[in-house]
Amino acid sequence: MTIEIPKIAYAGKIKEIPLGRGENIITVGGESCCPFHLFEGAMPHPPKIAMEVYDRAPEDWPDTALEPFADVAGDPVAWARKCVDTYGAEMIALQLASTDPNAEDTPADEAAAITKKVSDAVEVPLFVFGSSSVDKDTEVLKAVCEACEGKNLIIGPLAEGNYRAIGATAIGYQHTVMASTPIDINLAKQLNILLGNLNVPDDKIIIDPTTGALGYGLEYCYSVMERIRTAALVQEDERLQFPIIANFAKEVWKTKEVRLSEMEAPLLGDQKKRGILIEAMTAQCVLLAGADILVMRHPEAINLVKESIQDLMIRGES
Amino acid sequence: MGLSGIEIFKKLPKTNCGKCGVPTCLAFAMKLATGKAELDACPDLSEDVKEELGEASAPPVRTVVIGTGEQAIKLGGETVLFRHEKRFENPPAFTLLLSDKMDEAEISAKLTKFKETAYERVGIVLRPAMVAVKGESKDTSGFMALVEKVCNDTDAALVLMNEDTDALSQAAKSCSNRKPLIYAATSENVETLGSLARELSCPLAVKGNSLEELAEISEKLIKMGVKDLILDSGARTAGKSLEDQIIIRRSALMKKFKPFGFPTIVFPCEMTDNPMKEAMIACQMVAKYGSIIILSEIEGHSIFPLLLASMNIFTDPQRPMAVEQKIYEIGATDENSPVLITGNFSLTYFIVSGEVDTSRVPSYLLIKDTEGLSVLTAWAAGKFGADTIAPFVKKCGIEEKVKHRKLVIPGYLATISGELEEELPDWEILIGPREASHLPAYLKQLKIED
Ligand code: B12
Ligand code: SF4
Repeated sequence: MTIEIPKIAYAGKIKEIPLGRGENIITVGGESCCPFHLFEGAMPHPPKIAMEVYDRAPEDWPDTALEPFADVAGDPVAWARKCVDTYGAEMIALQLASTDPNAEDTPADEAAAITKKVSDAVEVPLFVFGSSSVDKDTEVLKAVCEACEGKNLIIGPLAEGNYRAIGATAIGYQHTVMASTPIDINLAKQLNILLGNLNVPDDKIIIDPTTGALGYGLEYCYSVMERIRTAALVQEDERLQFPIIANFAKEVWKTKEVRLSEMEAPLLGDQKKRGILIEAMTAQCVLLAGADILVMRHPEAINLVKESIQDLMIRGES
Repeated sequence: MGLSGIEIFKKLPKTNCGKCGVPTCLAFAMKLATGKAELDACPDLSEDVKEELGEASAPPVRTVVIGTGEQAIKLGGETVLFRHEKRFENPPAFTLLLSDKMDEAEISAKLTKFKETAYERVGIVLRPAMVAVKGESKDTSGFMALVEKVCNDTDAALVLMNEDTDALSQAAKSCSNRKPLIYAATSENVETLGSLARELSCPLAVKGNSLEELAEISEKLIKMGVKDLILDSGARTAGKSLEDQIIIRRSALMKKFKPFGFPTIVFPCEMTDNPMKEAMIACQMVAKYGSIIILSEIEGHSIFPLLLASMNIFTDPQRPMAVEQKIYEIGATDENSPVLITGNFSLTYFIVSGEVDTSRVPSYLLIKDTEGLSVLTAWAAGKFGADTIAPFVKKCGIEEKVKHRKLVIPGYLATISGELEEELPDWEILIGPREASHLPAYLKQLKIED
């Protein structure tokens, strides 16, 4: 009996976006099929992982997450170097968490100076996240764009309330932007249209549909990614044909279940392995939903996910 | 779903008697066509029509039950490719593998873990579902002894695995009253096992070395009248497995290809020696169409996230889980107990009430209807602002239950506290911690009486 594979006709294709610059450019996107559906299309650039670096020493991380970085916490440059040198990071994601007006409220110029130092210290593509405070991010990310002119950083989140100011500055200084909307396909599309109207070039946009952790709203994020990806490929929705980023490590490592020790909750098993697997499985789910870039924290979770990506890129003997 | 409402209507009695609960046969037909009614609701159908319509209205992936009684596991029944189209029906059964090659201590330890592993989340109990007993040692008596031990030790539904057809038949007969899954019919033994499954009315797994072979065996079994099949395409790598699972599901849904219209069985345990990696592969199969997922161990750190993933993927995408709007009394409350408020998203309610419970500080938890949305989502959607919280606090009856007027609000809603104090002039608004996990410490130091 011969099996005829019921194929889906994909008329659309995800845009290819170069991240970083010079010899160290990493291209993402380019898919012409649903995630890892290699029997009916191509995934020229397998998904990539950006390792998190924080601008200040984290105060509220469980030890299991802090341990690999204990010697560099508080020194973002050393932290970023460690990620690249020791853990082989393909890309870095600098979280400017301390700029949050509800936290330390680090001023924009200081945040920009830190970013500049980190960007000078590592060659790999650099993502820079503000604190998701609309007004503060406008100041901070504009300053970052200016300080790191020409480096093609990937900056965000650009939200409905600040995309104009940040978007215009980003084009001026040649950076890529992450268009962020709360788990809604129509809002995602709308923001991409607005960015287009602002003349942000198509090869400078990444979709950030926002993410929750496994067990904490992930199902909504999973489905919105699947919908964005199928709309882009099948319905040929041109304003959704961009790579997707999933910034979930900070969601995962604040949940209760990564913090409970085995003593407190014997049925939850080994605390370290549990945290690693919750992060890695959150990644596994969003990968299968269509994420192209994952922002991750624990080196061992990252290794598991890298292996998973490699395995899924092999069709296997048929 | 094969037939349209009109096509179904043509086969109905057309008496519009209303016994099915809707006024007309046409209305009933429309409900049937969209899967919103059961055929049995109409008492006046002939057996022939029942069979014909039953077949046509059955989901493209057959629902197969393994086991009996409370531990019976329902699999399949799926109707869509993507969860945003419609709720996925039956979550995967995580299944522990035991082999007659393992020593007694290992088997007992694994079984104990299996039995004690259960988590309550959002009011639902999550646990590994089945035990697979595998004969590998060429010694039938050892295999039979293990089957017996497992049967005595647990009520869980079973998968029986053995390449030796005789041993497998003997085991299946010994516990056929428990409706185990027989694994597996291959090209070589399809007649024997097909007859056995039919005779014992047990579900039967089908293993091919390729999709082609799988379809051939499955078709043979359908012709033999075996109804409840479970499919194994033989893939033992992550990439190939993903491909096969998608092709099987699509063939059933898009082509109504009967030989593939069944739930599947997958073996992460045979794809790697690294338990962490095994868990990752299992997670892939939760999202992409594995029904029985065979694992080499049940450990809290891997099975808990897997159960979460399965819960996430299999919840209803259209309807957030919500709890009732009311005052929940946690512990032995009195007129001096703290009062807290949050929304009625089940996840939020269970997390917060769990932490209040842990604190051992008896408290009133006011649950306001936020249409099943989490705190910030509800706030952003205009359903959990000062303007709606205030009238709820006044009307819900809490003012009669406590002497004090102090209300703890979620830390993420700090921005509304001023406005809320204006709307509730008698009340003092206290800003709680952001994460519920900090509630026990917070409640312990909270002073209600001045
Ligand atoms: C899943 C999700 C959704 C789902 C809804 C899920 C649901 N049932 O609520 C969907 C996709 C439908 C959705 C929609 C929207 N969302 Co939404 N969503 C999320 C997401 C990813 C997770 C929310 C979640 O489930 N959290 C888990 C629950 C358990 O958290 P929680 O209720 O807050 O409870 C915790 C704490 O608050 C605390 N707590 C709870 N109660 C209490 C009580 C007391 C007394 C105390 C002390 C503590 C406490 O304990 C819990 C655990 O620690 C968040 C982002 C994120 N990563 O958090 C965005 C988010 C909440 N959404 C957001 C927005 C804007 C929206 C929309 C308005 C977008 C739009 N314009 O359409 C819509 C509104 C919906 C509508 N119009 O009907 C924003 C809110 C921004 C803001 N700061 O106001 C967020 C933060 C995303 C973002 N960064 O932009 N969303
Ligand atoms: S019970 Fe049967 S005959 Fe009566 S209205 Fe319903 S479908 Fe028609």
